[in-house]
Amino acid sequence: MKHLLSTENLQGTQAIRILDTAEEMAAVGEREVKKLPALRGRTVVNLFFEDSTRTRISFEAAAKRLSADVINFAAKGSSVSKGESLKDTAQTLEAMSADAVVIRHWASGAPARLAASDWIDASVINAGDGTHEHPTQALLDAFTLRRHWSKIAGLPSLGEDLRGLRIAIVGDVLHSRVARSNLWLLTTLGAEVTLVAPPTLLPVGIDTWPCRVSFDLDEVLATGPHAVMMLRVQGERMNAAFFPSTREYARTWGFDDERLAALEASAGKDTIIMHPGPMNRGLEISSAAADSPRSTVLAQVRNGVSVRMAVLYLLLSGDDSAQPTPAQEAITV
Amino acid sequence: MSVPSPHTGGSVFRTVLGDADIDRALTRIAHEILEANKGAEDLVLLGIPRRGFPIAQRLARKIARTDPTVNPGRIVGRLDVTMFRDDLRKHPTRPPGPTELPSSGIDDKVVVLVDDVLYSGRTIRAALDAIVDVGRPRIVRLAVLVDRGHRELPIRADHVGKNLPTSSAEKVRVRISEIDSVDEVIIEGPA
Amino acid sequence: MSTSYLIKGATIATGEAGVDVLVSDGRIADRGRSLSAAGAVVLDADGLILLPGMVDIHTHLREPGREDAETVETGTRAAALGGYTAVHAMANSMPVADTAGVVEQVHALGRRAGWVDVRPVGAVTVGLAGERLAELGAMAESRARVRVFSDDGICVSDPVLMRRALEYVKAFDGVVAQHAQEPRLTEGAQMNEGAVSAVLGLAGWPAVAEESIIARDVLLAQHVDSRLHVCHVSTAGSVDIIRWAKQRGVKVTAEVTPHHLLLTDELVRSWDPVYKVNPPLRTDDDVTALREALADGTIDVVGTDHAPHPSEYKECEWAQAAMGMTGLETALSVVQHSMIETGLMDWSRFADATSMLPARIGRVETQGRPLEVGEMANLTLVDPAARWTVDPHKMATKGRNSPFAGLELPGAVVATFFAGHPTVLEGRLNTPHPDAQGE
Repeated sequence: MKHLLSTENLQGTQAIRILDTAEEMAAVGEREVKKLPALRGRTVVNLFFEDSTRTRISFEAAAKRLSADVINFAAKGSSVSKGESLKDTAQTLEAMSADAVVIRHWASGAPARLAASDWIDASVINAGDGTHEHPTQALLDAFTLRRHWSKIAGLPSLGEDLRGLRIAIVGDVLHSRVARSNLWLLTTLGAEVTLVAPPTLLPVGIDTWPCRVSFDLDEVLATGPHAVMMLRVQGERMNAAFFPSTREYARTWGFDDERLAALEASAGKDTIIMHPGPMNRGLEISSAAADSPRSTVLAQVRNGVSVRMAVLYLLLSGDDSAQPTPAQEAITV
Repeated sequence: MSVPSPHTGGSVFRTVLGDADIDRALTRIAHEILEANKGAEDLVLLGIPRRGFPIAQRLARKIARTDPTVNPGRIVGRLDVTMFRDDLRKHPTRPPGPTELPSSGIDDKVVVLVDDVLYSGRTIRAALDAIVDVGRPRIVRLAVLVDRGHRELPIRADHVGKNLPTSSAEKVRVRISEIDSVDEVIIEGPA
Repeated sequence: MSTSYLIKGATIATGEAGVDVLVSDGRIADRGRSLSAAGAVVLDADGLILLPGMVDIHTHLREPGREDAETVETGTRAAALGGYTAVHAMANSMPVADTAGVVEQVHALGRRAGWVDVRPVGAVTVGLAGERLAELGAMAESRARVRVFSDDGICVSDPVLMRRALEYVKAFDGVVAQHAQEPRLTEGAQMNEGAVSAVLGLAGWPAVAEESIIARDVLLAQHVDSRLHVCHVSTAGSVDIIRWAKQRGVKVTAEVTPHHLLLTDELVRSWDPVYKVNPPLRTDDDVTALREALADGTIDVVGTDHAPHPSEYKECEWAQAAMGMTGLETALSVVQHSMIETGLMDWSRFADATSMLPARIGRVETQGRPLEVGEMANLTLVDPAARWTVDPHKMATKGRNSPFAGLELPGAVVATFFAGHPTVLEGRLNTPHPDAQGE
């Protein structure tokens, strides 16, 4: 593997390898000396075309724990005000001998474009692109799920997939790169996924996706899923007539106190509540739900560093130049 | 002792240690360790995966046979050195494995690193770095089943099962029954 | 007296083989078998197909204003190499071709270049702004004699404005060529809305945004009894609506681009903006429907929608890339590949779809004529057995944005005669029409 661009093209064995490596990285995170020399002398650039302090510091911590040099590059350039072009930026980073580019971009496909171009030779890691994918978020979610449920089952998590788990992903699926990446990864790992959303926030073409779709959150919660993943409602969607009002949204698709109480009383004894953050408390998730023992929000953040260490280590430490990248399959017409 | 290879065309295999030889060598190493340490107190054996770990377990059992106060499971650990290697970039990516220390930890202990073959010394260099990151032993010693020479770093073993003079064109293969279902040491050389 | 050319042993569109055609003084001077003509340059056309010169109903020449993308000179060289003897130059230049002055300028640039007949298209609305009608009459009466009006690139979405335009052009037998795209349904649209856009997370351009405008426009055209031309039809649903309208006698014509006959939105998975185009590449089912519609005449003509862009407009993120593909130099081959080699249509229908009918839609009297003695010699000589690999860097157009790059395609233009003069010979550019500099 040279790049991590999506989970859609990630094979199950590759995903499990990342999760297993992340377990070892997590063990390092519990030690007094939380640093490894594995990426000494290598340069990781965090190239952010979109603000995301959380994701950036998570990657930064991951790279630093592996002893890589980290350069943060906040490239401004929105669809409205064109800044320096992606090509020029990439060539600049190439000239600075970057070994990996962690790219966050508002445009779907920008990381794949970078990886496919001859502008730069570095490994490209997608840290979230438009409404396309956010593969490391999905990997850390899968890691969190695997750890939680193997602990409950009293089994080791190494080498395991997610067969038997039922997961509900709730909210703005249409605009969510987290939902897409999770759907592909969780189903690749054998979990069953149900998407719950208002019909306006589901993409046309979803009938080809390997999941169930429901418009009724209570019905899905009543089945006692192993995890409920709440998606953030983006501020700009609220005024674009995707739903009548935030109150109606919170009432119908939010994880509120009544739903938390219903879950406590029903089959979902060990159901966990996940959120990629940042949360809109009171909209897609109530404070009581976010702060309940079921919430894995902080564990997700913690696991994010381990998973990103694993990805950086696996992409950068060895010489896999002979292996083809699955995402770069030839397109024929 | 030279046995023509039954399974390849281009190489010759010599079995240099059989199962009884290996067992004798390990018994001797176990005694040496106890002698050097003047007993089993504060002793921790850290095996370097893959084959160093089962060898460390065997040594612990032998030590326990001599000193019944020792619980062999409590003095053995596993030290993964993958991410400390200096040749990571020369090979395809190697996923790291688990490091497991005895519950007593290694601080102020006498740590004996255990590996199957001592060659360039680079694995032991990585192991010394890895140890520093998980604790501060009082003493670190090194026990190996085979020392085949050709050191590239100023490292030597305290306990050696067998010194094997080899040429660098040859390969030394250690097989341990826990992993390979047979105990033997083979030298593979050009025909 | 100019050079005469004797094309010997050609097969013509009807399938008749061994036909000799003598080109002299700009016209077809003779046609028959075993002709001979003293002093004429002889072209051995054995195994070649002689077609009426191709007419593109939909070309972006970019001049004036975007000469970095294309000029009339480079665009018409590309057209000649592609077998064209006439192109309709779309109005979205800078300034917009919305006055008699601009259309006359484009027309004059075409005359000066001398590679093909450049027929300017006039804008429907001032500045393509969709607010008030441009001076359609003035453009029609200008030396450019504009008959096709289009805001192409932008839809005339206001139904009242569209109705007025359809009515007004009747005065001079004009036609409104609509870029059918409901603007509110396509805000921020990046690709066809469907299974692929769902996965890629790109804002969708739904088929209904095209189909709803076509449905409205055919009803308007019927209501005011005027001529409507639908640009670059891209969906199976649009085909159904046009078929229905034609059955009801609506004066509607339609075009399809070569790229919509061959490529699908699966290509967007590569994230290469060379596949970004408006309307977007659609699905396999749409491609099948478009091919059938072109074969049965529901879609009348092939229009290239040749849209060259400077490379920096494509060397970027998908969302920032410009929409459009070059097409003049690949159209014949792509249509041969997707329509003729699949057995869906023959060269006779090809001649209709690429020459006769586009000339008739654009009211270009001297183009798209039968191969008869006395007709203006606008001819395209094609080697259908040739195969070649598309290399955008070898093209005459300034645009390198060919989605067919690297593809091996059949069919090559051997010669193009524009008003009796070979602009292309042996597959290479020859010289512009000698009258060109005299304008």
